[in-house]
Amino acid sequence: MNESYAPPLLEVVGPTSGALLRRRIFTHKGLLIGSTLLAIVLLMALLAPLIAPHDPYAQDLTQRMIPPLWYENGTWAHVLGTDNLGRDYLSRVIYGARISLLIGLAVMVISGLIGAALGLAAGYFGGRTDMVVTFFITIRLAMPVILVALAVVAMVGGSLWVVVLVLGLLKWDRFAVVMRAATQQVRSLDYVTAAAATGASTPRIIVGEVLPNVLPQLIVVASVEAASAILLEAALSFLGLGVQPPLPSWGLMIAEAKAYMFFSFWLIAIPGTALALLVLAINMVGDGIRDVSAPSGRG
Amino acid sequence: MAPLLSVSGLTVDLATPRGTLHAVRDISFDINAGETLCLVGESGCGKSMTALALMGLLPNSATRRARHLAFEGGDLANVTPRKLASLRGNRMAMIFQEPMTALNPAYTIGDQLIEVHRRHKGSTYAAARERAIELLEKVGITPAGERLGQFPHQLSGGLRQRVMIAMALMCGPTLLIADEPTTALDVTIQAQTLRLLIDIQRDLGVAILLITHDLGVVARVAQRVAVMYAGEIVESATAASLFRKPRHPYTRGLMASIPIPGRTPPGERLGSIPGIVPSLIGEVRGCAFRDRCAFAFAPCAETVPWRVDNEHGWRCTLPEVPAEAAA
Amino acid sequence: MTTLLEARGVSRTFTVSRGMFAKKRLLHAVSDVNLHIAKGEVLGLVGESGSGKSTLAKMLLGLLSPTRGSIHLGGVDVIGMSRLDMARRIQPVFQDPYSSLNPRKRVVSIVSLPLAVQGIGSAEERREKAIAMLSRVGLARRHADLYPNELSGGQRQRVAIARALVVEPELVLLDEPTSALDVSVQSQILNLLLDLRGDFGLTYVFISHNLAVIEHIATRVAVMYLGRIVEQSERDALFRVPRHPYTRALLDSVLTPEPGLGVPDTGLGLAMPNPLDPPPGCVFHPRCSELGHRCRTELPRTVQDAGGLMACHLYDGGVARPHDCLSPLPACGERE
Repeated sequence: MNESYAPPLLEVVGPTSGALLRRRIFTHKGLLIGSTLLAIVLLMALLAPLIAPHDPYAQDLTQRMIPPLWYENGTWAHVLGTDNLGRDYLSRVIYGARISLLIGLAVMVISGLIGAALGLAAGYFGGRTDMVVTFFITIRLAMPVILVALAVVAMVGGSLWVVVLVLGLLKWDRFAVVMRAATQQVRSLDYVTAAAATGASTPRIIVGEVLPNVLPQLIVVASVEAASAILLEAALSFLGLGVQPPLPSWGLMIAEAKAYMFFSFWLIAIPGTALALLVLAINMVGDGIRDVSAPSGRG
Repeated sequence: MAPLLSVSGLTVDLATPRGTLHAVRDISFDINAGETLCLVGESGCGKSMTALALMGLLPNSATRRARHLAFEGGDLANVTPRKLASLRGNRMAMIFQEPMTALNPAYTIGDQLIEVHRRHKGSTYAAARERAIELLEKVGITPAGERLGQFPHQLSGGLRQRVMIAMALMCGPTLLIADEPTTALDVTIQAQTLRLLIDIQRDLGVAILLITHDLGVVARVAQRVAVMYAGEIVESATAASLFRKPRHPYTRGLMASIPIPGRTPPGERLGSIPGIVPSLIGEVRGCAFRDRCAFAFAPCAETVPWRVDNEHGWRCTLPEVPAEAAA
Repeated sequence: MTTLLEARGVSRTFTVSRGMFAKKRLLHAVSDVNLHIAKGEVLGLVGESGSGKSTLAKMLLGLLSPTRGSIHLGGVDVIGMSRLDMARRIQPVFQDPYSSLNPRKRVVSIVSLPLAVQGIGSAEERREKAIAMLSRVGLARRHADLYPNELSGGQRQRVAIARALVVEPELVLLDEPTSALDVSVQSQILNLLLDLRGDFGLTYVFISHNLAVIEHIATRVAVMYLGRIVEQSERDALFRVPRHPYTRALLDSVLTPEPGLGVPDTGLGLAMPNPLDPPPGCVFHPRCSELGHRCRTELPRTVQDAGGLMACHLYDGGVARPHDCLSPLPACGERE
């Protein structure tokens, strides 16, 4: 009766699934570099009160516009120099990480929940549900995010939470589109039909069978959207529509440094670099997770 | 008379994340002009890789080596990519399993047929078009003129396969490599398509290398057969000889597992081959079939000799395998 | 002989829209199918693409409802049955071992899902039941914690069979269960299915286009073409004396591994069945080698006789005499 299963000799003797995954993770340069950068920024944000040398809000007009360490007049007291109000730049950059990460995470979660739910429903149920969701997506795509943010801020006034809400309620479209396509693909596979044939309820099928298999695409979109949200907040703050001074948002810092761009280049370069590195890290991690988590098929 | 295609010691290695996969391991065979050789085996045996290796269509991760590879008297092993490209589709042509993906959905049938001819023969559009019509009619597609303007998705699977055959024949090749040409087709269409291939061979004198997993197809279509297992040719003979007296335990196991209406008693257990194909990653020594063979013993782990009896060759340590025990 | 499953006049059409402004068309996937399956049988359902067998399978499983007609499980119309009830009585095994198992779940989780859905036992008990079933289908305990992509095609199909049997259904619907497998693995799975049928007293609906396999495993056979059943009889009768021209062509197309016989001419034309545009009269007539006058205009009745059920004018005793008005048409322009 059991003649048909193979004695251990015959099986593919190779690394186990777990070992293969670990190997894939640790040889994926993008994932490793991205995660490291992200971890650094995360630590910076979490440990801000402990590692920032000064209070980011403390102004000292006698210490204005001191350049960073590597310039002639640099000092160790202010490693990255000070801004036009004498506030320590290093401390502001460190605290700024909190704002960027908070925005990125909050917007990703809010828009992700909305968009993924809509996309899953449209992809799974098809028919009328799909028509309705597609209609909403089309409407949403017709709206220019920045102008809507402008309007909202004009009515309500700018603040961190306004930015989070506006972006969160607007940026779900890519989630919905990607999840819809991914769900449609998975929906047609036999294991979903098999689950339905066992009598499983629809929520159980969606959560147990569909969701785990669309997760990689969801993660990639989440990382792209988080990065995009961070950049959007910076843009909004730059325009004066986002976070209000004196909060050390990196975008705001760039705005405030605009006037001094040609004389004190570091005022713009430092927060700009920080932004770029954070966004790069998030994208690398998102790509890396997708690459690494694709289950390797056997021929 | 020298064979049309002569292959000696063909080896294909694939680089994979888990190591080097030895997909094709030192195989040798010949095809004479106008004959049909079937390469038969199950998935993973290396038969498709062999076809791709001959056509020079292997993926970048593959390396091909051969002691000797000759086609129409000329060397095929060390030929330049340019020369190979001029042979491909011209002197040797290939048809694939999935007609929908083998035909470009964005171009009409006519465009694709005409392109092949003009590219290799440098003919005028009119001349190529005439040839296309001639061949479409030859494969039984009428009215040919109207079909030229159709797109692949407008045709059924069977018709698309015929178009692919016509496309392969456009430049009058001497060798047609068919990789599982009927596997994706319905049973009734399969029979019709195979009849077409036989007719074409008779009329045009092309040699056919037919790759399949279906022993039924082999029996009805092939003149000579090579059975592949785990990257090697384990048995090679004329079709008549192979089916009359299969020698290799794998071939025999395979034949015992096929139900034949009217012959195998219904409802009773079929013969089967226990176990699964071994991994070809890393070093492979000795007979790859030994873990599944009822007659394996110690010497099977060493190099296995190739035996020949009256043009029927097979690879086995045992000169004679007892008749009864084919699983 | 208890009838486990019955289909009465089952039809299913789909509306196919070709863009927003084009007129919707009707796809006749299944038309007027009558089937009954008795306990202990293996009903072989034979058909090629466009025959409607997959759609019929979904309806028999309760995943799709018929547009006309009804399906009865154990005498009860399935419309009133809950999904869980149906699931306890009939389970599927699909063709593609690579898409029928959730790649993100371990084997034991896949096999115990039906138990979990039915609320049977505790998690630990379900796990043990699943492992016991895996052993019945020839897999070892250590396979339980693997992922599908670590198994071969044949092993995956065993997992699919284990999943189908774990709730101990009476009826198993197998949709081309061996078509995607290598020949040597196919015979292993067929042997397994035969063994399990004996051990568990199962009834099978076995869908396949491979007549050799059907002949080996089925006890009764129904042949489908373009959504209709054209012939239905006991296995031996069908294979020894195939009557419907389509059945004969199908059987002729079976290429047995017997050399020297060549490839037969099945006499079918190149016309292909199109469920969107079924031909008038008998659905098979454009490809029929024994075409008669009535065939083009009149749908054949399904007639029951000694050999079984037939839907062909040639065998309709109601017609004055079977070959009477069926003089073959000259150079039939229907066939391409």
